[in-house]
Amino acid sequence: MLEIKDLHASIEGKEILKGINLRVNAGEVHAIMGPNGSGKSTLASVIAGKEEFEVGRGSLFLEGEDLEDMAPEERAHNGIFLSFQYPVEIPGVSVTNFIKTAINESRKARGLEDMPANEMLRLIREKSELLEIDRKFLSRSLNDGFSGGEKKRNEIFQMAVMEPKLAILDETDSGLDIDALRIVAHGVNKLRSKDNAIIVITHYQRLLEHIVPDFVHVLHDGKIVKSGTKDLAHELEEKGYDWLKQEKLV
Amino acid sequence: MAYTEEELKKELETKVYEYGFVTNIESDTIPKGLDEQTVVTISKKKQEPEWMTQWRLEAFRVWKEMEEPEWANVKYEKPDFQNISYYSAPTKKPKYNSLDEVDPELLDTFKKLGISLDEQKKLTGVAMDVVMDSVSVATTFKKTLAEKGIIFCSISEAIREHPELVRKYLGTVVPQKDNFYAALNSAVFSDGSFCYIPKGVRCPMELSTYFRINQAGTGQFERTLVIADQGSYVSYLEGCTAPSRDENQLHAAVVELIAMDDAEIKYSTVQNWFPGDKDGKGGVFNFVTKRGLCEKNAKISWTQVETGSAVTWKYPSCILKGDNSIGEFYSIAVTNHFQQADTGTKMIHLGKNTRSTIISKGISAGQSQNSYRGLVQVGSRAENARNFSQCDSLLMGDRCGAHTFPYIEAKNSTAMIEHEATTSKIGEDQIFYCNQRGIDTEKAIALIVNGFSKEVLNKLPMEFAVEAQKLLEISLEGSVG
Repeated sequence: MLEIKDLHASIEGKEILKGINLRVNAGEVHAIMGPNGSGKSTLASVIAGKEEFEVGRGSLFLEGEDLEDMAPEERAHNGIFLSFQYPVEIPGVSVTNFIKTAINESRKARGLEDMPANEMLRLIREKSELLEIDRKFLSRSLNDGFSGGEKKRNEIFQMAVMEPKLAILDETDSGLDIDALRIVAHGVNKLRSKDNAIIVITHYQRLLEHIVPDFVHVLHDGKIVKSGTKDLAHELEEKGYDWLKQEKLV
Repeated sequence: MAYTEEELKKELETKVYEYGFVTNIESDTIPKGLDEQTVVTISKKKQEPEWMTQWRLEAFRVWKEMEEPEWANVKYEKPDFQNISYYSAPTKKPKYNSLDEVDPELLDTFKKLGISLDEQKKLTGVAMDVVMDSVSVATTFKKTLAEKGIIFCSISEAIREHPELVRKYLGTVVPQKDNFYAALNSAVFSDGSFCYIPKGVRCPMELSTYFRINQAGTGQFERTLVIADQGSYVSYLEGCTAPSRDENQLHAAVVELIAMDDAEIKYSTVQNWFPGDKDGKGGVFNFVTKRGLCEKNAKISWTQVETGSAVTWKYPSCILKGDNSIGEFYSIAVTNHFQQADTGTKMIHLGKNTRSTIISKGISAGQSQNSYRGLVQVGSRAENARNFSQCDSLLMGDRCGAHTFPYIEAKNSTAMIEHEATTSKIGEDQIFYCNQRGIDTEKAIALIVNGFSKEVLNKLPMEFAVEAQKLLEISLEGSVG
């Protein structure tokens, strides 16, 4: 589904991604771990198409299509979803209104008409139940005055509604208490299918107990230095990132 | 000697005034320049009674002694008052034969605003296929109003047909000497609306300037007077979303509203005068004095969406004279490119238990400057006055400015005055967040701006609200840096 070959990316002249190679197939969950500054969020932003990052050498393909010249909204229409680490606030725009607009814009891109109101209502109700989100929450302004946990839950709620092909979860677990973590993980797991793929970016092994990955990659200084199964995450948790230095990987 | 018809005809064609000025009544436009003779000519052309001519002259004399104000936070090239023609007859004949002759950019905007073809023709002066249509619509409208005793006509007609009413109320809320532009307007006002709602009557439909019986093109110096007698209600809509490519640069209108005991006036404006081009050249100067007077238990609401004009300078205000009266001001002012706006309101609390609400939203883009200037004044005998003001600014890009000048003068210690202000910027992060959800940048801005303006848009009568929303989107097009 996602094919990244020797990807380089920089921002304001500073190179952050120094040759990423990654292949994610449909039905798989990949975890990306790594110390602060390793480039995890940059990778997420570059896949989503954030224009501040300059993509140098290398290629980025989604289901065989080159993403290079695709605007972020187009990438979204093609099925990419990014759950932001710091979701931004948009006062005056309700959660419902935002979701409605997002869904209908995607439909428009596919030549479809707006989703009928009752179908939309049903979809939103179904998914808000999945994420245990209160009806009142939906009429609040997007992320405005939300706690950290509420913001992350709202991100996964949007993911549930949009049903993306490739979801990138950027440190979704940060700021979540145990209960919120459980709910979010449950939501993500419900969305897993053989037709979609998920990239989970995290510092901690904890989330990976709930969202069990098929593959774990360690990112360090802009490169993936080690890949393995979920056991790699355990090892990393026990031994710390210094262990990578010892293994002469970095 | 007998006065022959020929002689009478000759005399009517050319008349010599006491002031020694010769003019030809039949001609459509008078020469440029402004002096007492001009004022008299205007008055005579409109066949006004002597008291009206005198009232205008008083205003003119006062204007001559006044100095142009310079305190607003706007920079513009001062109009040359002697280089303006102060009267031109309404164009009755259409200018074009088909829409193909009209500026295509103008037509494009009409299309975006969802304005029907017939309406487009009317707005651009294209001959309409079925003239009867517009006549019949106006006729049905007039009939309904007449049945209720509601007077709604041009102010020129009102001066002739209802002089007692006009004479009683004109200038009572905005006196001739109120300010420089009000004085000028009082001397040379060309036309405007007059509306009188009788006691206890609730006007059954929104009165719109579109339906004004005098279908003349909007003048530079409009004078409007709305009187709601005891216990009555009226909702009045002024302006239209369609861009007006008016060549007249200076628009100095005066609007006076009088809400008697227990009456309510809702006055909504959507203004989209020519804002000047992308380099800031040209554009209309919109200097307006609008004020409402509330008697006991009365209420006046001003709702405005201002997106046009090169320079906007106006403070729709309420004088809360009567006990328990209420004044409201809801405004969205958009400035883009090189536009400038210095707008706001004055709420003057005089009676007891008066309340005022101010919600002002300013959106700046391009290199524009948008200022809110508000005054909340509580008189010494105004017991229990309450005010809530909220003034929000939204900046788009780095080169525009938003300014707030709130003034509070409270001379009574029982007053409760609240003021909140926020300034926010449409950040790239917000845009990217929307992009990532499949919403393109233009739509994202529309979404964000709409969310920002919702509180005010909700106050507009429905059809106006929908048009205003589209207008906001259009006026911010191309503003993403």
